[in-house]
Amino acid sequence: MFTQASQLIIGAADLGAAFLFLFGLKRMSSPATAASGIRMAGLGMVAAVAASFLYVFSVDPAARPHLAVNIGLALVALGVGGAGAWFVGRKVAMTAMPQMVAIYNGMGGGAAGAIAAVELFGARTHGATQLVVTLLGALIGAVSLSGSLIAWAKLDGVIKNPLRVKGQQFANAAVMLATVAVGALIVSAGHAPGGLLLATPTWIWIFFAGALVFGVLMTLPIGGADMPVVISIYNAFTGLAVGLEGFVLQNPALMIAGMVVGAAGLLLTVLMARAMNRSIANVLFTNFGTPAKAKPGAIQGTERSVEASDAGIAMRYATSVIIVPGYGLAAAHAQQKLYEFVKLLQAAKVSVKFAIHPVAGRMPGQMDVLLAEAGVPYDMIFQLDDINDDFAAADVALVIGANDVVNPAARTDKSSPIFGMPILNADKAKQVYVVKRGQGKGYSGIVNALFYSPNCEMVYGDAQAVLVKMIEAVRGLGLAAAA
Amino acid sequence: MDLSIAMTGFVALYVFMLAAFAGWVIIGNVPAILHTPLMSGSNFVHGIVVVGGLFALLNATTHLEQAIGFFAVLLGAGNAAGGYAVTDRMLAMFKTSDASPRRKHASHGRHRAHGHKKS
Repeated sequence: MFTQASQLIIGAADLGAAFLFLFGLKRMSSPATAASGIRMAGLGMVAAVAASFLYVFSVDPAARPHLAVNIGLALVALGVGGAGAWFVGRKVAMTAMPQMVAIYNGMGGGAAGAIAAVELFGARTHGATQLVVTLLGALIGAVSLSGSLIAWAKLDGVIKNPLRVKGQQFANAAVMLATVAVGALIVSAGHAPGGLLLATPTWIWIFFAGALVFGVLMTLPIGGADMPVVISIYNAFTGLAVGLEGFVLQNPALMIAGMVVGAAGLLLTVLMARAMNRSIANVLFTNFGTPAKAKPGAIQGTERSVEASDAGIAMRYATSVIIVPGYGLAAAHAQQKLYEFVKLLQAAKVSVKFAIHPVAGRMPGQMDVLLAEAGVPYDMIFQLDDINDDFAAADVALVIGANDVVNPAARTDKSSPIFGMPILNADKAKQVYVVKRGQGKGYSGIVNALFYSPNCEMVYGDAQAVLVKMIEAVRGLGLAAAA
Repeated sequence: MDLSIAMTGFVALYVFMLAAFAGWVIIGNVPAILHTPLMSGSNFVHGIVVVGGLFALLNATTHLEQAIGFFAVLLGAGNAAGGYAVTDRMLAMFKTSDASPRRKHASHGRHRAHGHKKS
């Protein structure tokens, strides 16, 4: 009786959770409804977790004697894991968001791998299909765990440089093949306790070790600038692993949630790679980040500089200004000052818009979040396709902390490594101001033709200091007019 | 009445296919401005793995299984709680110009006033 009632409640809660996840993600298609979307998904999660304690009424007879201990362990794990991650997630700086997503994602992959481990060590799977799916989920989950941890270390600056040695790709392939071979061995042994050469549990340990090592090896050679693509891929991996373990546990909520995330992660990865003008294989298997040889002589003209105060005053008397922010803005913690300046311009009836490149920031959309954090309303923020035609009519384009995403060489110079990458047409504005720490190149090491263009003037200095000077200059004007 | 769910072979594949399709379509409609919260939000959604971890832990019979099951629930709970915390924080930051009561740009009719719910 209890068994049936608990099954009914668990089934209903999981069904509700699956619906709320889909509906919540659907509501994320507009900034106006997104906040309520995540709350709905959260509600689904709480319901599903609470209902899963009803599993106590239908546990294996073999697990009955351990039930009290297991419930205690479950409560402790939920409390410690949930509260710890919640506390960190509430406090972390918005600039550190890519690392946090990486670490939470690794946790999910690890959990999926651990579920598979319980199934494997307990020999609970029925038939070869379930065994294969369990192993596949275990492999993907474990790779996602160790790979995400390396991605976190790279984004957080713990690991500074990509580690590349000759023949690395062969070594990686060898580890992968060996792991798959061990998996095949486990399948062929079935649940026979003996196994080949070693006992089956030993092979299971080796299998997990191989998968974890592969995740590390695969991620180490990838450059820091490509980490967003890698996180997105691991996000898809974890989703896939969760979906597969959901099949093993016969839990449709896990299957649906996992597959939805798997597809979503794949789509985001494709979009990101496209915005960087690269293929996913290119990100994963080639050593990007080696500076391209600049071609001197291809660019005519000189870099001309202008005082911050003069640039600020020119923008005050412009009709329309489009701002192109890049990660350099966030690195200088200057978003607040920028919005302060923008509000001054708006008070003087200047039309101001923000133009965001898809790869601005260290993960897609991070620049939007950083601007939102500074209080910039989202209806002032425009994406590449929506604003690119407006540059031609704009009086001023203010490029601040961005470089490669406004390099016109991507349109014209076939020899440039970024040729074909979609860029923001800042160079088409009547006047361009570029705020930059000093003369130098972007992370890709490519010379920016924009800086040498006749309608461009450079404002050298730290973004924060430059903006303070601009604000002072415009305020000074206001006082003079009032006097 | 049998309430247990048995999903094998093609039925499971259909579920996978439909879910993957739904994910692709739903996520395809999310504007680029929300891609970071979207990534952390989908990250949160696969935190449902904690439910599988609870199932495995409650059915554990050996110390090894208990230890690994504990690990699964710990990590899964971290995934879910952390993913929710950061997503919710980020989404709370997105505001329209009309939302701030101090400055009123009544003439900005460019953006349709959407029924703005706050809770």
